[in-house]
Amino acid sequence: MKLSRFNLVSLTLGLAFLYLPIVILVVYSFNDSRLVTVWGGWSLRWYREFFQDQPMLDAAWMSLRVALTSATAAAVLGTLAAVALSRAGHFRGRTLFSGMLYAPLVMPEVITGLSLLLLFVAISAERGFWTVVVAHTTLTMCFVAVVVQSRLHALDRSIEEAAMDLGCSPVEAFLRATVPLIWPAIAAGWMLAFALSLDDLVIASFTTGPGSTTLPIRIYSEVRLGVKPEINAICTLIIAAVTVLIVVASLAAKLSKTQADNAAPM
Amino acid sequence: MSGRRIFTKPARLAAVAPYVWMLLFFLVPFGFVVKIGLSHTAIAQPPYTPVFDLAAGWAALKAAFGALSLDNFRLIFGDDLYLLSYLRSLTVAAVSTAILLLIGYPIAFAMARLPRGWQPLAMMLVIVPFWTSFLIRIYAWINILQHDGLLNQLLLALHIVSKPVVWLSTDTAMYIGLVYSYLPFMVLPLYATLAKLPHSLSEAAADLGASPRQAFWLVTFPLSLPGIGAGVLLCFIPIVGEFVIPDLLAGSTSPMIGQTLWLEFFTNRDWPVASALAVLLLGVLLLPLLIYERAQRRQLEGRS
Repeated sequence: MKLSRFNLVSLTLGLAFLYLPIVILVVYSFNDSRLVTVWGGWSLRWYREFFQDQPMLDAAWMSLRVALTSATAAAVLGTLAAVALSRAGHFRGRTLFSGMLYAPLVMPEVITGLSLLLLFVAISAERGFWTVVVAHTTLTMCFVAVVVQSRLHALDRSIEEAAMDLGCSPVEAFLRATVPLIWPAIAAGWMLAFALSLDDLVIASFTTGPGSTTLPIRIYSEVRLGVKPEINAICTLIIAAVTVLIVVASLAAKLSKTQADNAAPM
Repeated sequence: MSGRRIFTKPARLAAVAPYVWMLLFFLVPFGFVVKIGLSHTAIAQPPYTPVFDLAAGWAALKAAFGALSLDNFRLIFGDDLYLLSYLRSLTVAAVSTAILLLIGYPIAFAMARLPRGWQPLAMMLVIVPFWTSFLIRIYAWINILQHDGLLNQLLLALHIVSKPVVWLSTDTAMYIGLVYSYLPFMVLPLYATLAKLPHSLSEAAADLGASPRQAFWLVTFPLSLPGIGAGVLLCFIPIVGEFVIPDLLAGSTSPMIGQTLWLEFFTNRDWPVASALAVLLLGVLLLPLLIYERAQRRQLEGRS
């Protein structure tokens, strides 16, 4: 297959459109000038400024804790949901179950956030760290379920059956034969949940209480007041962290793939 | 195989925890939205008076159903502001989804035509910006689009314009932001569908005398319709409820429904009206979902 010139141009322009704004942002985070658009030479001053901005650091720490907790809960619940959807056959309430798992993927965040807040108010739960964790887990476990389920569908069932023929109980067969094979998907799901939680502004705004602000909420209130070079620095740090995460993830996926290929030479 | 049947039981047990979780934190909250949408506004904490109180038991519930208040819904239908918000949301979502399809299709098509070894890399390149915070991506555009931003500097340097153009706080800026943020949601499902189509189909069309253009419109395009449906749905529905992008990039002339809801909730603290708005928004969004579901079912039936 040869790419036609039209294909090549659309692909190049598309990727340029996706990356140019981010590249500009990163470059300008090293700008010494206080004015965001005037180039004043390379400098790290906005990074220093960020590391002295205590409220911003607190928000970042809060976001990190919420993302770690909710991504872990979402990975467990989402994997269980994926197992149920792909291995349990038909059971009562299955349609409702899968409906509930797919709905948050497309539901506007304002509705999800609003409904959770009304629930928390109704049961008079104090809003803060845990309400945000619950909200993020609910949203992100659906993404984990989709990722893990697609891996489970692609998996050869005969491996599980062979394990059971060799005397494993179904649970043992799952834990010892299936889980190692779907591990990269669970890890990918965890990271997706982590990134989504770190990124979320709308649902966190509804479910957080006074005194527990997440990083996106803080950035949002700063951005509304105007562009500040410090924000460029924070954004660049986040982009760098995400890039490292993705590189590690793809290396891990490649590793587990070669391992699987070595284990089952065809 | 007996193994399959043995396996279903533990798998069903696996459903219990996520099932209960989703019931508690996804379905039940909607009950509260409906309930508060039917309540009256109050200046209190929480700012509404319940029309019925679950704690009071069954008798209270029955009494309350007799006196359910539709006032909030009447208010919404009686006020042009709300209807205009819904209309603007639907228009903005339709326009940006159309632009997304126009831009996304060629990109996905080109990705699917790449040599097999290059495709994972191309997919990764499309996904990486999606992993980057959307707030950051919008912020990046504010950097570019503001009054003395790079776009105006570039246009001035090239003598295309003689004085800075106002980009920020316009619909153009909002559409740029929306298209930019949702592009991966359009490209990925399209690519997934297009990559699965065997090349032999378009080759066969060419052998039968079709020009490349005919082969595309008669063979490839119709077969990619499921991907188009998924992409359109994944973009259209969230954009209707979008709040942050129009808030940061669009002017303040007429808000989208997500902004109106946010305003009613956080600024006016009118929780009942905000809830009623959410219920109606959900109703509006159910329609495209049902159309998509029907189309998909028809296709499945057609295949078997």
